[in-house]
Amino acid sequence: MTAVTAQGASVERMRVRRRQRNVPLVAGLTLLLLIVLAAICAPLLTHWDPIQQDLVNARATPGTPGHLLGTDALGRDVLSRLLYGARVDLRVGFLAVISPFIIGTVLGLISGWFGGWLDMVIMRIVDVVVAFPFFVLVIAIVFALGAGTGSVYVAITVVGWVAYCRIVRGEVLVAKEQEYALAARASGLPTWRILFRHLLPNVVLQAVIYSMSDIVLTILALVTLGYLGLGVPPPTPDWGSMISDGQQFLLTQWYLATIPGVAVVITGLALALVADGLVERFGRR
Amino acid sequence: MTPLMEVRDLQVEIPLPHGNLRAIRGVSLTVDPGEAIGVVGESGSGKSITLRALLGLLPQPAKVTGGSILLDGVDVTGMPTARRQRLLTDAVSMVFQDSLTALNPVMRVGEQIAEVPRRKLGMSRTAAHSRAVDLMEQVGIPDPERRYRAYPHELSGGMRQRICIAIALSTDPRLILADEPTTALDVTIQAQVLKVIETLRRERQLGLIFVSHDLAVVSQTCSRVYVMYAGRVVESGDIGTMLRDSRHPYTYALLRSVPDPDAPVHRLITIPGQPPDLTAAVDGCSFAPRCPFAAAECTVQDPPLVPVRYDHTHVTACLRWETAEHWPQWSHPTEPNHIEPGQPLSEAKS
Repeated sequence: MTAVTAQGASVERMRVRRRQRNVPLVAGLTLLLLIVLAAICAPLLTHWDPIQQDLVNARATPGTPGHLLGTDALGRDVLSRLLYGARVDLRVGFLAVISPFIIGTVLGLISGWFGGWLDMVIMRIVDVVVAFPFFVLVIAIVFALGAGTGSVYVAITVVGWVAYCRIVRGEVLVAKEQEYALAARASGLPTWRILFRHLLPNVVLQAVIYSMSDIVLTILALVTLGYLGLGVPPPTPDWGSMISDGQQFLLTQWYLATIPGVAVVITGLALALVADGLVERFGRR
Repeated sequence: MTPLMEVRDLQVEIPLPHGNLRAIRGVSLTVDPGEAIGVVGESGSGKSITLRALLGLLPQPAKVTGGSILLDGVDVTGMPTARRQRLLTDAVSMVFQDSLTALNPVMRVGEQIAEVPRRKLGMSRTAAHSRAVDLMEQVGIPDPERRYRAYPHELSGGMRQRICIAIALSTDPRLILADEPTTALDVTIQAQVLKVIETLRRERQLGLIFVSHDLAVVSQTCSRVYVMYAGRVVESGDIGTMLRDSRHPYTYALLRSVPDPDAPVHRLITIPGQPPDLTAAVDGCSFAPRCPFAAAECTVQDPPLVPVRYDHTHVTACLRWETAEHWPQWSHPTEPNHIEPGQPLSEAKS
């Protein structure tokens, strides 16, 4: 009995040690938390209204008293626009990934498990979507539906699910030949239960890891669409429109386009670190 | 008495790019309620495929192409899949070889035991929980309440295999299919697990089909044994009869390839050569190319199973079974595959 307890304790210790050593996960989550907190606490961090114009104090340089990061061409506070823009970009980035994640995962499960003609049909649809360059399809859909976050959600869903579908299908093809899947079938459990209770938890990790970089991709897509004037309609602040507005002053006020650009990079870094940390934490089974 | 499960002339084929692999070529076997039978053979002889066919869970391209499977005297082979699977899974459970892959790695073991009672038999959460704990206790897991919350990788191989047995019992089956359940365990744990299986089988009057490549293990658990070779049964009968008086050269060689601690020191027999390629048609007896007693007639006709005893319990698929009294201890000093002591394996193979 003592041996058993000792073994249990060592298992506990191993778990703790593994968690402690996971630098990327801790660093990534901390960074992400700071960004999210900054976005949530925007009204506390700055008293400026992000859409309030003040043409007298336009194009103030960073460090100007009252305007920590300066003001843009219309005299709007850059820090305030950055923080409120984070609210928009992060929300859209995270939310836009949810529906492709769910749709892709479910279709991947079905495709991999049942195989046959169902697999054929789903995989051919995936091929068709993949055949289009990402932005061409996204821009076409947003253009057809009209600019705005609603269209962005739809476009990202239509284009984004295929990656999850492929990842999950591949994992299912491996997992379904494992004996635990066979054992679940042998015990006569309903198929949906085998799929969602036994296979899903074993195959979803790769999809979760991919979703981290997918959030970055989505934020970038939103920034790109904003830059093209197809994203969030003005004057709502978002990083994409800030970059595109600042671009015309690149030679005189370079920081107007650079500051939101750095924000995109830091957010991407945080999510990439989290993805790395997840791989390290759970490993590839 | 109606047999619990009866297999008649089962044929399984696996379509491959270079032709059909005839994995099972007419296997027949029966299990009575409460009876334990063994299926013995080397790797690739079709033991595991037979088990999976019995559960209707053949791997992807493989198909049952002939024969029938009868459960309680009812032929299930022609039934619609859903109905057949329900009948089979209600009555039959399976225990796998590797307990680590047979358990879901991300689900607590207790939940895996409780799942079927809860989801399939419709028990309440608490009833399923106490049933799982109960089963864990029956398979000899100490401190089951605590182990209930463990994940598979936190348990030892013996404990995991006990969990697998508990899962198999959770459906209240009447027949257990065990696919080399003790092969992955070391010998002391193997004995414990075998004892658990044997005790529970007697208590619950379960039928058992025990697949193994180890005749010694089978002789401990089973009353009858089927010896498989190249996708068919070559000899079957009472375990005692088979051990004393086997009438097929393959069984004969298998028995003599196991070390016997009581016997005087002698060379263990090896069976030269390899099992035949089952994608090609086999002319005559599939064992003839490896059989030292083969005669000309053996390569002409695939021998049918013929009764050796009057009561038909002992059957063999050997044309020359009557000459068995004169079969010597096998040795092949001139055989190219024969390995001299001290000779490097690489040289011996060439």
